Amino acid sequence: MPIDILMPALSPTMTEGKLAKWLKKEGDEVSAGDVLAEIETDKATMEVEAVDEGVLGRIMVPEGSDGVPVNQVIAVLLEDGEDASAISDAPKEAAARQPEQQAGPAPESAKEPAKESVLAAPPKEPAPEAEPEWTGATVKQTVREALRDAMAEEMRNDARVFLMGEEVAEYQGAYKVSQGLLDEFGARRVVDTPITEHGFAGLGVGASMYGLRPIVEFMTFNFAMQAVDQIINSAAKTHYMSGGQVSSPIVFRGPNGAAARVAAQHSQCYASWYAHVPGLKVVAPYTAADAKGLLKSAIRDDNPVIFLENEILYGQSFEVPDSKDWTVPLGKARIARPGKDVTIVAFSIMVGKAMEAAEKLAEEGIDAEVIDLRTLRPLDSETIVASVQKTNRLVTCEEGWGYAGIGSEVAAVVMEQAFDWLDAPVKRICGVDVPMPYAANLEALALPQSDSIVAGAKEVCYRG
Amino acid sequence: MANTKASGTKSGGKRKAAAAPIKASVEDLQTYYRDMLLIRRFEEKAGQMYGMGLIGGFCHLYIGQEAVVVGVQAAMGPKDTVLTSYRDHAHMLACGMDPKGVMAELTGREGGYSKGKGGSMHMFSHEKRFYGGHGIVGAQVPIGTGLAFAHRYLDEDAVSVTYLGDGALNQGQVYESFNMAALWSLPAVYVIENNKYGMGTSIERSSAKSTELYHRGQAYGIPGVQVDGMDVLAVREAADKALGHARSGKGPYIVEMLTYRYRGHSMSDPAKYRSKEEVQKVRQERDPIERLRGIMTERKVMDEAKLKEIDKEVKGIVSEAADFAQASPEPDVSELYTDVYVGA
Repeated sequence: MPIDILMPALSPTMTEGKLAKWLKKEGDEVSAGDVLAEIETDKATMEVEAVDEGVLGRIMVPEGSDGVPVNQVIAVLLEDGEDASAISDAPKEAAARQPEQQAGPAPESAKEPAKESVLAAPPKEPAPEAEPEWTGATVKQTVREALRDAMAEEMRNDARVFLMGEEVAEYQGAYKVSQGLLDEFGARRVVDTPITEHGFAGLGVGASMYGLRPIVEFMTFNFAMQAVDQIINSAAKTHYMSGGQVSSPIVFRGPNGAAARVAAQHSQCYASWYAHVPGLKVVAPYTAADAKGLLKSAIRDDNPVIFLENEILYGQSFEVPDSKDWTVPLGKARIARPGKDVTIVAFSIMVGKAMEAAEKLAEEGIDAEVIDLRTLRPLDSETIVASVQKTNRLVTCEEGWGYAGIGSEVAAVVMEQAFDWLDAPVKRICGVDVPMPYAANLEALALPQSDSIVAGAKEVCYRG
Repeated sequence: MANTKASGTKSGGKRKAAAAPIKASVEDLQTYYRDMLLIRRFEEKAGQMYGMGLIGGFCHLYIGQEAVVVGVQAAMGPKDTVLTSYRDHAHMLACGMDPKGVMAELTGREGGYSKGKGGSMHMFSHEKRFYGGHGIVGAQVPIGTGLAFAHRYLDEDAVSVTYLGDGALNQGQVYESFNMAALWSLPAVYVIENNKYGMGTSIERSSAKSTELYHRGQAYGIPGVQVDGMDVLAVREAADKALGHARSGKGPYIVEMLTYRYRGHSMSDPAKYRSKEEVQKVRQERDPIERLRGIMTERKVMDEAKLKEIDKEVKGIVSEAADFAQASPEPDVSELYTDVYVGA
C-alpha cells in the first residue's frame, strides 16, 4: 500500500508551515533517513527525513506552498513493486484524510473543554493521630543529644540507614550532633564527605533510589543551596516522574535559620522554600522530645524529608520520653499551650518566643493558645482551623521573611477554611525584610522577638 | 583498528592501543546489529510520531550514537546499574526495557513506563536496573555515583554505569562526583558520549582541551580511555576493560566515546551550527550500523537472508510499539494526584 507522507510538526508549538523546497522529485528512490524536503516552521527551516523506503510516487503539495497544516498529506511513497497507478485516484482523498489519532500537536485532552480542567483535588489527607501522651519515664536531654539518639537508634534498627556529611565522623559533628556515632557504627555508616554539598546530596539521592536510607547532614541549610537542584529535581520529583516506581527515602538535616552574629549568608530560614515543593516533607521541631520523635519518623519515612534544626536550640534541655520505640508522627501539630483568646502559630525556635509572649499576655489578661506546627509540609491545617474557630484571632510567627512565607500560607488556609470565624485580620510576625545584618543591635532588630508577638496579639485582640 | 587512546596514572598517559582482534561470536555480532538497528528504527519512528503531534515537548533522538549503548551494555553484568541524562530512549532499549512501554511514555499514555507522567526524559525500571532518565544536564552523575556507593555499601558484585554527554562534562557536580568516586574507590564507570555538540555549541567552543575529554579524571587519578564510539566492537572492548577495573575494586574509570548524532539536539533544532556535509560525511564513512554490516558481510557471517530477517523482526517490534503507544489511553485523570508521596 502506498504510504502517506504527512506535514510534520517540527517544534512543540508548530501548527502549520511552509513547504519551502523539495529535495527529491517524483520517481526518485528514497531510503530511510534521506532528506525529502525543507520546511519553514515558526522557528526555523528544518529538513524532513524519510522514515520508510520506497519510490516517491507523487508530490501532493508543491514547493513554495504556505500555511500547510500539520498532518496534511504532502507526498505519497510507493513500496517495492507498486506503481503510480496505485495512487491515481488517491490525491484528493488522501489530502482530505486526517490521521485518526489527531490533527495537530495539541494533546487530545486540550481540545475538549474538559471537566478535567476543573478537576477538584482529592480531599486532603487528614492529619495523623497525635502520638499518645507519654506517661512513662523521661530523661532530661538537650536537643543535640536527642537528635543523636534518634539517629543511633534508627541505625541500630535498620542496616540501610547511614549518616553522611561534612565533619560528621571524626570531628564528631560540626555542632557535635553526631557525637559518638563513628565509634559505634564505623566509617562505613558514618561517612565524612569532602566539602561538596551538590555532590554528596546527589550521591545520597542515588543511594536512596537504590534502597538505602541516607541521612545527609548539611553543616547548615545555608550550604544546601549548593545542592538544591538535587533535593528538588532529583529527590522530590522522582517518585511522580517514575509513575510511582522509584522513590527517594532520604533525610536532609542540619541547622536552619539565624544563629548569632554570623550575618547574611549564614542566617536564613529556608522553611518556606522547601515547604513549597510537592514531594518533600518538611519538619521543624522545637523541643528535644519532638526533635527525637520526629527525626525517627523522618528516617523511617519513604519520602525525602527536610529536617530543619536550629543551632541555638541544640543546647537547650527538655524532658524526653525514655524509650527507643517512641516516635512522633510527621504532619501533626502540637498545642504547646492551650488558650481561648488568640491563636499564636509558631515553629522551631519561635515556639519558645511565642511561649514567652503568651506568659506576658497572660499578665495582661489575654489567654493565648500556642500551636507548635512541628511539621510544615504536610501542614496540620485541622489543628490550626480548630484553634481559630475557638479563639477567632490568629498571629503567625517565623524567623524567615514574611513575603511568601509560612505565615502567609497559614493565613491563606485560615481565610479559606475559617473566614467566618475571624474577628480580626491575621497578623504575621516575621523577620525584617532585609539580609541579616552583622551588628548586634541591628541583628536583634531584624529578628522577631517575644515583644513583637505580644504587640501582634494585642493588635488582633484590639487591645492597645 | 587503532581506535583507543588511554590515560591514567598507572598507564602513564597517552598511548595507542594495538589493533584488537574481533573477539565477538557470530551470535554476538548479530545481536549487536539487531540491537543497534532496533534503536535506529525506534528513534526514526519516534521522530515521525513527533512530527504527527503524537509526542510532545522535548524529544532527543539517539540516531548515530547506537554503537555506544549497545557496546557498553554487552559488557555489563546482570547486577550492574545504568543511568543517563535526557537522550535516553536507546539506553532503555539496550538494557532490555519493553519498546512498547518506552514509546507509550513518549506519547504520554497510561501504558508508558511512568504511566505517562514522566515523558521522554523520565523513565525508570528497577527490574532492568535502569535508574533514569534525568532532565538536568549533569545531575545524573552524582546520582550514578550514589548507585556505586550503594553497590559498595551492600557489598554487591555490581558496577554503576553513568552516561554523560560532552556538554555535561563542564558541570561542577561531575567533578564533585569524580572526587568522591576516586576517594572512596567506588565501582563506577563514567561513559562520556562525546557527540561533539552540547546543543548548538561545539566542544571546541565549550571545552578546554576538547580533544582529550578522557583526561578529565586525571587530577583524581581516574584512568581514562578514548574510543571510537562508532565502532561497536571497540566500544565493547573498552567497556569490558572499564567494567573489569571498577568491578575489581580499583575504583572509577572514564571512557570517552567519540560519537555523533545525526539529528538535531531535540526535534525543534534546525542544526544550523554545523554543515550538512559534516553530517553526511559521518553518515557515509562512520555509520555504526553500516560498519558492522560491512564487517559481517565481509567475513561472511551474515547473509542477505539473515539481514532481511533481522530487518523484519525489528520493523515488527517498532510498529507494534507505535501501535501500542497510540492505542494505550491517556492516563486516568485521577493519576494527576497520585505518586506525589509514597504511601499517600
